[in-house]
Amino acid sequence: MMAPLFSSKLLIVLLFGTLFGLILGVLPGLGPTTGGALILPFTMTLDPLSAIVLLTSIYCAGTYGGAITAVLINTPGTPAAAATCLDGYPLAQKGEAGRALGMATVSSTVGGIFSVIVLVFFAPVLAKLAYEFGQPEYFALAIFGLTMLASIGEGSPIKNLIAGAFGILISTIGKDFMTSIDRFTYGINELSVGIGFIPVVVGLFAISEMLTQSTLLDQVFKRVALKAVKLPSLDDYKKTWKTILRSSGIGSFIGVLPAEGGTVASLIGYSEAKRFSKEPEEFGKGSIEGIAGAEAANNAATGGAMVPTLALGIPGSATTAVILTGLIIHGVRPGPDLFREQPDFLYGIFGAMLIANVLFFIFGFFGAKVFARITLVPNKILWPMIFAVSVCGTYSLSQSIIDVWIMLFFGVLGFFMRRFGFSVVPVIIGLILGELVEGTLRQSLVIFDGNWLMFLTRPIALTFFILSLIALAFPLLRSKKQKN
Amino acid sequence: MNNVQNKKRANKSLPFFFKDEFKVFFIIIFFSTILLISTFTFDKVPPILNRGIQPATFPKGLLILIMFLTTIIYYLSFKNPWKKEKKLPKPFFLTILSFILFVVISKTLDFFLAISVLSIFVSYNWGEKRVFYLLLVGIIFPLVVFIFFEMILGLRFPPGIITNLYYY
Repeated sequence: MMAPLFSSKLLIVLLFGTLFGLILGVLPGLGPTTGGALILPFTMTLDPLSAIVLLTSIYCAGTYGGAITAVLINTPGTPAAAATCLDGYPLAQKGEAGRALGMATVSSTVGGIFSVIVLVFFAPVLAKLAYEFGQPEYFALAIFGLTMLASIGEGSPIKNLIAGAFGILISTIGKDFMTSIDRFTYGINELSVGIGFIPVVVGLFAISEMLTQSTLLDQVFKRVALKAVKLPSLDDYKKTWKTILRSSGIGSFIGVLPAEGGTVASLIGYSEAKRFSKEPEEFGKGSIEGIAGAEAANNAATGGAMVPTLALGIPGSATTAVILTGLIIHGVRPGPDLFREQPDFLYGIFGAMLIANVLFFIFGFFGAKVFARITLVPNKILWPMIFAVSVCGTYSLSQSIIDVWIMLFFGVLGFFMRRFGFSVVPVIIGLILGELVEGTLRQSLVIFDGNWLMFLTRPIALTFFILSLIALAFPLLRSKKQKN
Repeated sequence: MNNVQNKKRANKSLPFFFKDEFKVFFIIIFFSTILLISTFTFDKVPPILNRGIQPATFPKGLLILIMFLTTIIYYLSFKNPWKKEKKLPKPFFLTILSFILFVVISKTLDFFLAISVLSIFVSYNWGEKRVFYLLLVGIIFPLVVFIFFEMILGLRFPPGIITNLYYY
């Protein structure tokens, strides 16, 4: 399983990816999604396995890196670390930053490794199941993915649905793939090939964040001093092992669902840790269980999110959407055939994720103090630099200046979307699923001779539609329950 | 909690067309309507070749769905008004202005120059007044990125008054 990883080139890629991921995770506003999108053009110089290993190691380490900033400056480096702030920072304020980061590091590593094991066993099973899927089933599955995204994603479910539909709408720009008829091109030649994924991702994540930072220039971060990261004591282990395992399971499960991956997983992991705790009153005041619950869950979501990405070609999070793009760019088609035809490639990815989890444990344990210093780079220096990389990275994929303008447009749009409570993640997922949704719908209608009701005669598709309805009803039931 | 309620109240007292809910509703409906109208101009597949649905049908469905959902969120905002957002500060508008400058300069003069101007403009307006750091973000770093992309990826940047000096 690990054989392909023992080449020096792949190990260097893994080391670089883990370090780069940690830096991205530590810097508030950046993260594995933006970083993955920015580094995607560079992966063109690598072979497919090295490219995906680079992206997955950034994903694993970036998700953990957010905890360092969450604990030390009370600002999550990534959205997935938001729940870690709740107890990490209060504990750091009590002079126990090393203990808080030690627990975050251990629980992240355990959660990450747990999720890779889930990935190794579950992804092939799901891939085998996918052999039963035809066009109608894939259509129903994509709809289920989008409704889940709306339902358990951050913010208002209706706004998430609008954002998802908008993402699919973007995917319809350009020549219709079945008839070659132009749609929404308005005579602009560059638009006939459609809107690329990278300009949209970099715009929605990096550029919109740059605009957000421009509104927060007067914000002052108070950094808690850190002497060294401490491994948790025996007492801490006794207190948290159940929480870590539970959150690892929760994170892996949430990750498999096409939703917001680590962000939602960490919030659920945290609230479940509180529910099962013998000291729930300590939560929010520096509870070690709170840190363990959130961190194990968000890192466990990484392996979980890779399951549908590799087995079905349906991303489980925004970062896996970037990884999926990386796979497609390198000519690797995710899905059941990948498991049958290229098992070495897959086991290379599984092994790389496993090693990345160990590597970020080592880097985090010995280097958290150094990584924390990165947050001292002022925004007025950092963001113009990120802009330069974003522009060149976006330009490089198709060498089109129009792509750079599209990136700026989506940057401004993303800023206002976030300002008014629309998550940008569904746009990304919608964009990447758009062709699948439309293609499978239209091909299904050809098979069914235009009869929409025939969808209901396919048991797997029907199951997904029922699950979609349940997913849509879930927020309604939740808000009713909260009112009661 | 009280702050949120106060903000909500403040938002409630505004005339409806000044409220964020209405602005968002109006903008989405306006652009969706324009796009929906434009779908009627898409070419049609002749009936003899048509299998399944016409190319315009799917985007039409999506736009109608977006308009329907937008109406729902606007309706729901009557019961639960959105919190009023803070006014956007001056650096935000200057950053937007820098984007416009970037587009104009990259289109008319030079891509590299556009990156440099934006970097210096943003850094300066965000509070950096030290010349060395302005040169670092505006010239040294973009140059490193430019050469890195050119050498590693073999990327050829679009011609312009400065880029041409490098290539020729």
